[in-house]
Amino acid sequence: MSFGRPHLRTSYEQDSAIFPTWWQKGAAAFALLFITLMVLGNGAAAAIPNWLFGATWLAPFTLVIPFAIAALGYNILTGVTGQVSLGHAFFMGVGAYTAVALGGKGDGGAKACIPFHENLGLLESAGECGLGLPIWIWLPMAGVLAALVGILVSPAAVKVRGLYLAIVTVGLTFIGLHIARMLPEYAGDYESGRKWPKLDIRLWKEETPSIDLNEDGKWFGLIHLTEEQKQFFFLFAILLVMMAFAKNLVRTRTGRALQAIRDRDVAAEVMGVPEQHYKRIGFAISSFYAGIGGALWASYQGRVSPIDFSLLLSVEFVAILLIGGAGTIAGTMLGVTFVELLPKVVERLTGWLAGELDSGGVISTIANFLLTSGQQGDFGPVSTSPTAPGWPMSVFLWNPVIYGVLIVVFLIFEPHGLFGIWLKFRNYWKGWPFSY
Amino acid sequence: MSTDSSDVSKLIEVEDITLRFGGVTAINGVGFHVNEGELFAVIGPNGAGKTSIFNSISQVYRPQEGDIRWKGKSIMGERPDAVARLGIARTFQNIALFGQMTVIDNILTGRHIRMKNNWLTGMLWLGPAKKEEMENRERVEDIIDFLEINEWRKHPVALLPYGIQKRVELGRALAMDPELLLLDEPVAGMNLEETEDMARFILDIREELGISMILVEHDMGLVMDIADRILVVDFGKPIGTGLPHEIQANPDVIAAYLGADFSDEISVD
Ligand SMILES: Nc1ncnc2c1ncn2[C@@H]1O[C@H](COP(=O)(O)OP(=O)(O)O)[C@@H](O)[C@H]1O
Ligand SMILES: [Mg+2]
Repeated sequence: MSFGRPHLRTSYEQDSAIFPTWWQKGAAAFALLFITLMVLGNGAAAAIPNWLFGATWLAPFTLVIPFAIAALGYNILTGVTGQVSLGHAFFMGVGAYTAVALGGKGDGGAKACIPFHENLGLLESAGECGLGLPIWIWLPMAGVLAALVGILVSPAAVKVRGLYLAIVTVGLTFIGLHIARMLPEYAGDYESGRKWPKLDIRLWKEETPSIDLNEDGKWFGLIHLTEEQKQFFFLFAILLVMMAFAKNLVRTRTGRALQAIRDRDVAAEVMGVPEQHYKRIGFAISSFYAGIGGALWASYQGRVSPIDFSLLLSVEFVAILLIGGAGTIAGTMLGVTFVELLPKVVERLTGWLAGELDSGGVISTIANFLLTSGQQGDFGPVSTSPTAPGWPMSVFLWNPVIYGVLIVVFLIFEPHGLFGIWLKFRNYWKGWPFSY
Repeated sequence: MSTDSSDVSKLIEVEDITLRFGGVTAINGVGFHVNEGELFAVIGPNGAGKTSIFNSISQVYRPQEGDIRWKGKSIMGERPDAVARLGIARTFQNIALFGQMTVIDNILTGRHIRMKNNWLTGMLWLGPAKKEEMENRERVEDIIDFLEINEWRKHPVALLPYGIQKRVELGRALAMDPELLLLDEPVAGMNLEETEDMARFILDIREELGISMILVEHDMGLVMDIADRILVVDFGKPIGTGLPHEIQANPDVIAAYLGADFSDEISVD
């Protein structure tokens, strides 16, 4: 139809790049550098997290990463494909328990257990089973098995729409909890859980890992890192790879097919996109991410219990997507950082306010207004005691309330989430000084 | 189904299809065929069953009776995406674009059946996948040029004016490299200038790309000018098929359709 556009190939390549403009490339490079400096303990870069979370801020930061990986998957299913699932926690659980079954050390050395025996579910102090395999086996397998389970349940999931899918997937969560209760050899005690394999890189089952992530030391003979810093960089590298995969998916044929199903499922089919096939792909990939995230979460924590994979965890991902902005990777990252770190900030601020109760001045007044320390006939809504049963509530009880309010606020005022706010902000300054 | 009766030059044959929704008979024994390279039109008042005919061809609806053959082979019971892969593309009366996606991505989705990269090669951004993406992007840019929608390329389509959305939908269907294009009221709700533009695109598609078309319209104006043959339907029933001048002279058609003033009397019938 028309010819004579000689430099097109390169311009399309640039167009569909992950960071299309120099501005974005620069911003991404800066963010990477900043995070690296922050984690390495550079005073200026670490000032903000230090202030927000105190000196031990790296642990809560690192903990965001497994959730970020799982959230990328949730975004592929719910943000990109438009299928609202409440079963993400279940698939994280599948990943976590695959990791522990393959990588966990059984009592008295590595041993496999036969799961179905006559004492099923009646074991008082179960031996904890695991094959003691290295991370390069258990981590990918955690994702693969979660994806396979996803494909296994997908016939039920791809046929239903909207709220029905949410309900089907809620069912999964409860089935998962039930199975965990039946298999204490794998899951450990229902409430207190069991130990997970440590994040270490081994070639096989040898004693000393090839790359030690659980002791301070020099890495590659170059740089001295603490245990926490090593784990952060290891998980962060995995996150970056998973982000790149997710981005590649949405910018290619499969990603467009998923979005087409989200926006207009009948039209997508008439365009030649087999709906159920692609929903299954979306479901499987999303479960893969959940599996990897779940495995890394449990391993980083070192101990997780079945109830950690409850419906509440699935709902957290809904909050992440709504607050961050569904459909985009940047929004997902904003959302997960916000949702996972907010409770820590609230706790920290409450602690700080409690310390200022008797200091006099404005802060003391605010503290008195918000907090109930239990002594003087106090009226603040937040109790400083962590075990407050009713009103005033403890910080821990306030956190879900804050989520709830935020979800409602974002749904009403900013459907595109934090990412939408950022876009507005950016567009405003792009037009400056001719904004209005 | 026997294939002996079908001629190779017949691209699609619709044979006495009947489609019911509960008590409503949307299509009642409609039959026609479209030859290769032909611009066939289906006209009839609102609610006559025109869109239902398209939905039956796409197999979004499943007629209870009759047969639809593509190049002599029945497509009854196929899935809509399988019909699309045969080379049948369409637009929708009430625009059905992918609202949150950009113009480029909408039209690229039209390339879906002509592309091969899958979730794995895409996720890994492997060389062949990347090459394929770029090549198809070039095809999409050609279509964007052709439809003169350059300035909207990177906008999410939900935000575009109605007339532009109609063009994007045409572009998305064209991107499929179809052999048969179904256009459901492509100029409905358009002003004179937009209608003329769209008519020009339709004629260009036919002349430059040689794509056969079925054009559905409730308004006769455009159809009489550009269609090769016309089928008139009313209340799901075929009233007449023929060349434009034959249709204009057909007394049943005049009674049922051209005499729109009498449509109230007719519906009592
Ligand atoms: N999905 C459906 N369910 C029930 N009735 C339908 C459906 N689709 C179309 N119809 C009915 O079929 C008849 C023909 O509709 P349609 O094909 O849209 O007509 P047209 O495109 O000619 O205006 C109408 O009476 C309409 O109400
Ligand atoms: Mg119609």
